[in-house]
Amino acid sequence: MADTSAFGAVTEIQRFMDARKRLGLFWQVLFVFATVLAVLFLILLLGSILDSVFGYAVILNEVDPSTLIAGRDKLEDFSREELISVATERLSAGILRRVDYEEPLVERSDRDLRSLIEQYVIKPRALRTWGFAESMIHRDTVVSFMEENNGSYIVFKNWLTPEFIVADQSSDPLKAGIRTALLGSLWIILITLLFAFPIGVGAAIYLQEYARDNRLNRILQLNIFNLSAVPSIIYGLLGLAVFVRAMEPITSGSLFSNVIDNTANGRTILSGGLTLGLLVLPIIIINTQEALKAVPDSLRMSSYGIGATKWQTIWHQVLPVSIDRILTGTILALSRALGETAPLVVIGASTFISVDPAGIFSKFTTLPIQIYQWSARPQGAYRNIAAAAIVALLILLLVMNSVAIYTRDKIARKKRLEA
Amino acid sequence: MTTISRKARITSRIPETIMFLFALISIVITVGIAVILIRESYLFFNDPAVNLWGFLTGKEWQPMIDKFGFLPLLNATLTTSVIAMSLGIPVGLSVAIYLSEYATDRTRAILKPVLEVLAGIPTIVYGYFALTFMTPLLRSLFGDGVVEIYNTASAGLVIGILVLPMIATMAEDAIGAVPKELRLAAYALGGTKLETTFKVVIPAALSGLSATFLLALSRAIGETMVVALAAGAGPNLTANPFDAAETITGYIVRISGGDVSYNSVDYNSIFALGLVLFVITFTLNLISRKISNRFHQEYE
Repeated sequence: MADTSAFGAVTEIQRFMDARKRLGLFWQVLFVFATVLAVLFLILLLGSILDSVFGYAVILNEVDPSTLIAGRDKLEDFSREELISVATERLSAGILRRVDYEEPLVERSDRDLRSLIEQYVIKPRALRTWGFAESMIHRDTVVSFMEENNGSYIVFKNWLTPEFIVADQSSDPLKAGIRTALLGSLWIILITLLFAFPIGVGAAIYLQEYARDNRLNRILQLNIFNLSAVPSIIYGLLGLAVFVRAMEPITSGSLFSNVIDNTANGRTILSGGLTLGLLVLPIIIINTQEALKAVPDSLRMSSYGIGATKWQTIWHQVLPVSIDRILTGTILALSRALGETAPLVVIGASTFISVDPAGIFSKFTTLPIQIYQWSARPQGAYRNIAAAAIVALLILLLVMNSVAIYTRDKIARKKRLEA
Repeated sequence: MTTISRKARITSRIPETIMFLFALISIVITVGIAVILIRESYLFFNDPAVNLWGFLTGKEWQPMIDKFGFLPLLNATLTTSVIAMSLGIPVGLSVAIYLSEYATDRTRAILKPVLEVLAGIPTIVYGYFALTFMTPLLRSLFGDGVVEIYNTASAGLVIGILVLPMIATMAEDAIGAVPKELRLAAYALGGTKLETTFKVVIPAALSGLSATFLLALSRAIGETMVVALAAGAGPNLTANPFDAAETITGYIVRISGGDVSYNSVDYNSIFALGLVLFVITFTLNLISRKISNRFHQEYE
């Protein structure tokens, strides 16, 4: 009788219990595994990018610097007079005239002269590049590759240098930089902010504070949710038809002035910023609504209790206590805009411009678009500068988000002090 | 006394009206999208080279020779999305279950930011990852002869990683919204943690989870930069995920990125495809929202 119970033999129950426990453990391991996998994805993603930012490159000079002046191996060893004489002798007449026109050779700094000679005389070219991991593990393949190519040499490159940030666009990956794209991104974000922030916060205040629960307002709410999930490329098509084409006189600036260079045809910073403004508007509305929801009703009630109107309550009570959350939500929405590529490609961002954007009617390119173009090229070195540009973009996003968190904490602390 | 309060009431009406108009802008955007897509699509279908039936059933998309059948593009879009979902849903759901049912507060505090970082990375970065990591990985696993340099498998898998944080976060919310009493009742009946999760919690959260999956699918279908970089730049009707094939979004980006003249068939065709994309994703979003609203009513 000892080994049976009302449910059957105890050993059988025990076995059954064990099987259930084992099954539970098996699935738990699966869940943990999936979670580890998600973390692994993040590590691989960031790792594969950082890997391409550093590594060996085999460079071949069209002209060996040691052949320019006898007894000097490196450009750094040249004296000022030697630099000037090499530049005047070796630069073609056309380039010399243009360079002289910008700033006479004799007035240029040594550093400037060296980069001129490098650009027009030595003309270094990256034959092949390696990622960081490969550089560490397979150094011998790098060396043997160099030996196969006469006159080439190995350098360990850090692709994300200060020069990379401030340099112009260029078709040569060794000289290309992201200044124009970075400025383009910042301009676009500014327009997006100015357009979407007031409208988004206003709409959210209406929906959260004023709107009664009727059909129209329910439709508004559903529609905003829907808009937030519309693929970004659709916003690009909207921007193309509305801002670039229909509103061209306004977005190209030709309505306001006829001096403006009109090659941009409406494919301007203004169009790009407005397009992204429409894109982030539903996100800002939803985030602001969340911020307003978090304000306790007792605050509103006590404000009404002392005779304040609805608007006075919102302006003097609700907004001040929720502004930190509203700003955080807005910055999150702007980070989204900063990383957007597809809509801007669709409205026709420039593929190659060397002039910095001068205002809202300028042509533009942005950091993500620059990354897109470099990634799409098959040659090795473009991959490295694409990775460097990605790191620059991620750092920019990180800075924005840190500023958001810092401001939020600061406002929160101030509020505590006042209270 | 009365005059002051009337003045206050009037000044209170002005901001309300302005903000109501701001809220209406959202409707204007939706209507604007619909009107523009329909108008340009109308121009597209009015072109003598195009007809609606051929568009919906044609197996070739070659604008150069006036072939406008969108099945190859739709097929590639569905291939990448299905691959993305078959990675994103099981992994995302598992992460959600782990986070809400198993993880300690400390593990959650570490994992939540990881998901947030993954969700905050721009899609173009995922595109780069597909091209420089996933594709070489697939090629070394299955052979260079089998896997083309551009292929829908790589793009699909990376889109799966891209929607994973979204699925995990939303699914965790759905699971977390299931009342604790249900779990306790299941434990009281002798259920193990797994049995409680699978037989009580998940069924109770099913509508919230379906809403999540539909929204993720909509996101995968509309995803652009990953497919533009990794899936291939030419329409191709193929069932092989290791072949290159261009998706709807990939085509729109490639055509609009080049120099297309306005009012050409090419130009109008991207709006027609945009309309298809908009209808698909809008429907998915709408169903998702309906389901999730019902779910919230159940437990609130």
